Parts: sequence; C-alpha cells; structure tokens
Amino acid sequence: MNIRTLTFKGGTHPPHSKKATESLPIERANEPKVVVIPMQQHIGAPCEPIVQAGDEVKVGQKIGEAKGFVSVPVHSSVSGKVAAVEPRLYSGGTAVPCIVIENDMQNTVSDQVVPKGDISVLSAEDIKNIIKEAGIVGMGGATFPTHVKLAPPPDKNVDTVILNGAECEPYLTSDHRLMLEHPENVVFGLQALMKALGVKKGFIGIETNKPDAIEKVFEAARGIEDIEVVALKTKYPQGAEKQLIYACTGREVPSGGLPADAGVVVNNVGTAAAVATAIKTGMPLIERIVTVTGAGVNNPKNLLVKIGTSFKDIIEQCGGLKGKAGKIIAGGPMMGITQFSLDIPAIKGTSGILVLSEEEARLPEPSNCIKCGKCVETCPINLMPVNISMYSLADRYDEAEALNAMDCIECGSCSFVCPAKRPLVDSIRVAKREILARRKKAQSK
Amino acid sequence: MENSRFIVSSSPHIRSGETTQRIMLDVIIALMPALLAGVFYFGFSSLTLTAVAVVFAVATEAVMQKILGKPVTVNDLSAVVTGILIAFNVPVTLPLWMAAVGSIFAIAIAKQCFGGLGYNFINPALAARAMLLASWPVRMTAWVAPGADAVSTATPLAILKGGEAAGQALPGLWDMFIGNIGGCIGETSALALIIGGAYLLYRGVINIRIPVSYIGTVAVLTFLFGGFDSSAMIYHVLAGGLFLGAIFMATDYSTSPITPKGQIIFGIGCGFLTSVIRFYGGYPEGVSYSILLMNLAAPLIDKYTMPRKFGEVKKSA
Repeated sequence: MNIRTLTFKGGTHPPHSKKATESLPIERANEPKVVVIPMQQHIGAPCEPIVQAGDEVKVGQKIGEAKGFVSVPVHSSVSGKVAAVEPRLYSGGTAVPCIVIENDMQNTVSDQVVPKGDISVLSAEDIKNIIKEAGIVGMGGATFPTHVKLAPPPDKNVDTVILNGAECEPYLTSDHRLMLEHPENVVFGLQALMKALGVKKGFIGIETNKPDAIEKVFEAARGIEDIEVVALKTKYPQGAEKQLIYACTGREVPSGGLPADAGVVVNNVGTAAAVATAIKTGMPLIERIVTVTGAGVNNPKNLLVKIGTSFKDIIEQCGGLKGKAGKIIAGGPMMGITQFSLDIPAIKGTSGILVLSEEEARLPEPSNCIKCGKCVETCPINLMPVNISMYSLADRYDEAEALNAMDCIECGSCSFVCPAKRPLVDSIRVAKREILARRKKAQSK
Repeated sequence: MENSRFIVSSSPHIRSGETTQRIMLDVIIALMPALLAGVFYFGFSSLTLTAVAVVFAVATEAVMQKILGKPVTVNDLSAVVTGILIAFNVPVTLPLWMAAVGSIFAIAIAKQCFGGLGYNFINPALAARAMLLASWPVRMTAWVAPGADAVSTATPLAILKGGEAAGQALPGLWDMFIGNIGGCIGETSALALIIGGAYLLYRGVINIRIPVSYIGTVAVLTFLFGGFDSSAMIYHVLAGGLFLGAIFMATDYSTSPITPKGQIIFGIGCGFLTSVIRFYGGYPEGVSYSILLMNLAAPLIDKYTMPRKFGEVKKSA
C-alpha cells in the first residue's frame, strides 16, 4: 500500500474518545413507531409538504417538495399513515414544519423507488437529477444540498473531487464504520460525483487513526486510476473543508470564497455512499448511520437510523441514559449543537448523538487571559482569536472585522486549547453575527 | 427515561486539561534546578531570600485583590513565580526586607495596578529588579563568590567590562557553565537553567523562538562587537543572567508578543539591546533593561506581525 500522509498547518489534538464504538458493527435500529420528518433538514429553502394528515405513505415516497434551487425534497422513511403536518422542535433549536407519520411496520416500498441503471449509461445531468431527487445533502453535518455543489458557476474550473473521510470530530465513528463495512459504496459514490462534475481526479482522505478504514477503502479503489486514497495526519480540524483541500491539493480556498474557487468540490464519505444507494437501488436518503456514544449512555452503538426517529427512541435502544446526563449533543463535541430536549428527530445531518455526563458537561469558569498565544498557534486560519475575542467582548466589532473575524470557521480549536478557559470562539461567533447584521443594514440603506 | 434538564451551551463541549495553574506550576518546577544551584553555590540564605520574596508576592497579590474588590486568585500560582524570579535576580547578600519591598512593588504596582495577571505590560519581577537597582545600587551589586566564606567578588561581565573590577581573574568556562561564579542567586548556572528550559519546552509551556533568537543574537553581536573574539562571545552568552532572562523572563506571556513572527523579532530585539548595553552602555549587564524595553514594544510588534490568514487574497493594485 503506497499512501501519502498529508496535513495542514495549525490545529490541535483533542482526545479521540472513539474506543467505545469504533469496533462495533453498524446495527439496524428498531423500527420507530412514529417518525417526525422535518421539512427543513438542509441549508436553503424549506420544503413544501405534499401530503396531508390521513394520507397513506410508503417507504421512499416523496413527502416534501423542494422549493427553489438550494433545497432538496424529503421522503418518508417508513410506510404508514400521516398523523399530522405541524411545527415540531428539531435539532436546530427551533420548531419547523414536520410531517408526523405513524409506522404500519410493513415497510412497503414506494413504486417511485427503482434502480437507476448502470452508471456508464447515466449522463452527468442524470446523476445530478438523481442526487437532487434523492434528497441528498452533506452528511458530515453541514447538510448543504449536494446537487448545488455539483453545479459550480461556469467560470470556476473544478478539476478535483475530495471525499472527506477524516472524521476528525472526537467520539464519532459513523464514517469510520461506513468505510469499513461499505467501502465499495464510498468509491462508487465518488465515481458518480466525478462523472457528474466531469473531473478526472478524486481523493479520499482518511485520518491515520483509522488504518483499517484506509486499508479497506484502498482495496476498494484498487485499479481505479483517477482515485487516490490519502492518509491524513490525525489532527483537528483535519476534516474542515478548507483544511482538507489544502492537505490533499496544496491549494488554499481564497478568503471569502468557495471550494470551487480552488477547483475542488468536497463531499463527505457518507454523502458518497448515499449517492451510491440512490443510483444502485433508487432509494432516496431516508436513513443514516448515527454514532450514539459518551459517558452518559449505557451501551454506545453505531445505529442505522431512519430519518425522523426521536433521540429518545435511539438512546433507549442504547440502554438509556447512564446516571444524570449533563449534555445531549447532536454531532460531535467540537462543533455539535446541544439539545434541551430528547423529543427531537434524527435528521440527515445527525452524525452522532453524544451524551456527556454531568461532570464532563460542567461549564468551565473563565479566568484572565494570560496571553500565552496558544490560540494563535492553533488557529487553522492563522487568526488571532484572543484579540478578536477581546474586541468582540468590548462591542468593538469594526476592529474585530479588521482582524478577519469573518474568516473564522468556528472549529473551536482556540477555545479547546485555552488554559484560561476563555469563551473565544463563542465571542467570535457573536462578532461574526454582528458584522453580518451591520453589512446587511449598510446594504439596505 | 425522564426528560431532565440538560445544559445548553455553544461548542466546543470539551476543553483541554491545560490550566493557568498547571502552566505556572510547570514554570515553578522548571525553576527548581536553578534554585538548587543557587543554594549549592551561595548557601542556605538563597532559600530564605526566595521564601521571603514568594511569601510577600503572594500576600501582596491577595491584599491588593481584596482592596480592589476582585476575586483572590493566588491559587493560579503566578505570584509564586514572580516571587521566585525576584529572588533569582538579586545577590544573596541582599537584606531580606529589600527583597520584600521588591515583591510588594512587583505585584502591587507593576501587576495589580495595571489589571492583574495578563494585563501587566512589563515583567513584574524585572520591574522590581530595576526599582531595587535604582534604589539600592550598592546592595544590589554586592556579589559574593560561591562558597561558605562569602568572599566579595565581581561578576565575569564586570571583569570583562574593566573599570574597578579590572584585573580580577576571569573564571573558567566550565565554572561559567555550571554556575560556580559570582552573580544573582538564580542566574549563574546556565546548566540548571537549560534543564529547566528543556522541561518547559517539553511541556509546551514555552516555544524555542524567543530563547533561541535572543541568545543567538547576543552570540552573533558580541562576536562582532568583540572583534571576532570567540572566547569573549562565550563569556557573554553564559554570563550575566542571559539564560535566566531568555528562558524565563523574556518568555513571560503577558509581556511578550503572541504572534510567531513577533516572538522572533522580540528575541532579536532583546539580544540587540543586551549586546549594545554591554559593549557601549554604562552597565556591565543589560538583560533586564533590554527585556523591559522590549516589553514596551510587544503590543506594537504584535500589531505589525499579524499572521497571514489562510486563503488571503492578494490585493491587486
């Protein structure tokens, strides 16, 4: 195996905390009695429900129609009866329109679900359409509609597709298990994405703490000339889009620009596998692998979960909460979103459900900044987090902007390393929001 | 499974084990070899003097924070570090009360009056040394030779400089390296200071930029200024608290730049000033004033050495 090991500058080394689930095979979760499927599971315009209470729906049937280009349809993950179409809480923290479906446990598959045929006969347009109609979004957590990434502006010269198998977030192992158990789908998905974009170079980047996954994917891609499997140094945030592009190609995405400006489109390995499923079987994105883990869960697992299954159901299948749980996080510990309720559904972007114990969840008390400069050294964008943060806390947003606050990718490395436990990325987020609001205000004048 | 109350906060949800207290503890540990060397060469009174400086530094911090109505944070151990460094920067013959005055000045004036930990703009221990040197210059330069009988002596740099100390024999290089020479309590043993510095590097408390650029600059400039005399260069590098300053004082977080490039400029600046003071200034020494002067420049250096951001677009003319 001749594999290059690549990396980026800066970053940090949080404990991996993946031992609990990395060697557990993916298990299919129990059929949920009820699913709650949000119409907004992606970045962009929410979907319009196209079913009503009382309607019968089948597995894979489209139930929400995309509104606009930056939007994707939503499908039923079960067969059964629509109980309600109403706003429900979801992991974004607000209530959004949701379709509530009572599962009839029959798993009757919709006749809309048909294999799309051999990839060699599909055109680039066909593939893009299949991807859009299958409701596929970025499954690393950002949930950006995949077909939009596949339609870069004509002036951008995209020549490379990178699959992100870094899984640099601690605790999460869903991508790891996917690459071990279905490497052929990952490679197939990448080939489809490359064909859709008409590019000749594909990378699959995997962190070195998953040598077994590197090996499996390498084997699966053996003999395919256009695809290079690369090892990535285990370092956070290796899977951040700009850092990954730099590691694989040596190109820097220009400040304020998109990956396409560097000639690259990045997709998660999970997204590629969903593309493969959509082409091979015709089944849209209705389920995903979720790592359920953390000290607050009795039996951590990698579960294949139907979209719309509640966090409560999922955690119950993992032996329930252990002791008094402190934090429930949708996603990983570095960038995941804390939840105040378990009555929320798993969605397309739910890569993990992490439960921290009360002890782990205790918020650290910030003390004086000692100006150690560790945040400067660790920032993967080469910003000076301490200075941006100080300006932000003093409501001096113009100065924060001058220090490139808007370039912050919010990876949280600065807050992680800070010995004084300062709220660095928190205050930078506030600055970013303020700066954006001011720009909008200035524009409307 | 009841829906109990969960903590909601913004990410990241995990933090490194690094704390301010742990960093300060590492610095204290790193200063121990030099303290042992001080006790070994200058006797038990080195320890007494250090203890007095530490006690007064910590007490002053607590009292000042009470007066200013701030939470008392002596647990962060930063005042302990300052106390030790003050003792390291004075001769063992200094009366104990003077060391106490130094500690009070360092913490009350140089540190707490400017906002406490992280906000002071000059190194408190060096500010105290400068104050003591200005107030009691004779006491502050009453050097004794290592050993039990406390024979008064001159420092190697004073001998090199000439003047009243001229004519005394220069110590051998090995004695210079291990610290068997006259000088301040903590500055004489380059060996002990290097051991401490290596520990700090290993622990990631400091990086090599400031020490290497500082000591390197002194080496190069004293070689040039000294007329390409390599033995004089080695004396300059090993003598006069350069290692103490470069490893433990110039690397002080709050008073040195935070940008990588800035730290190198800072080290070079310290080295330049030290060499100039030693060759062309009135003092045989120079480390403490160089660092103090560069402390003042640190914010400016940071401002002009902001790292190039990732993906920076070149401004087209």
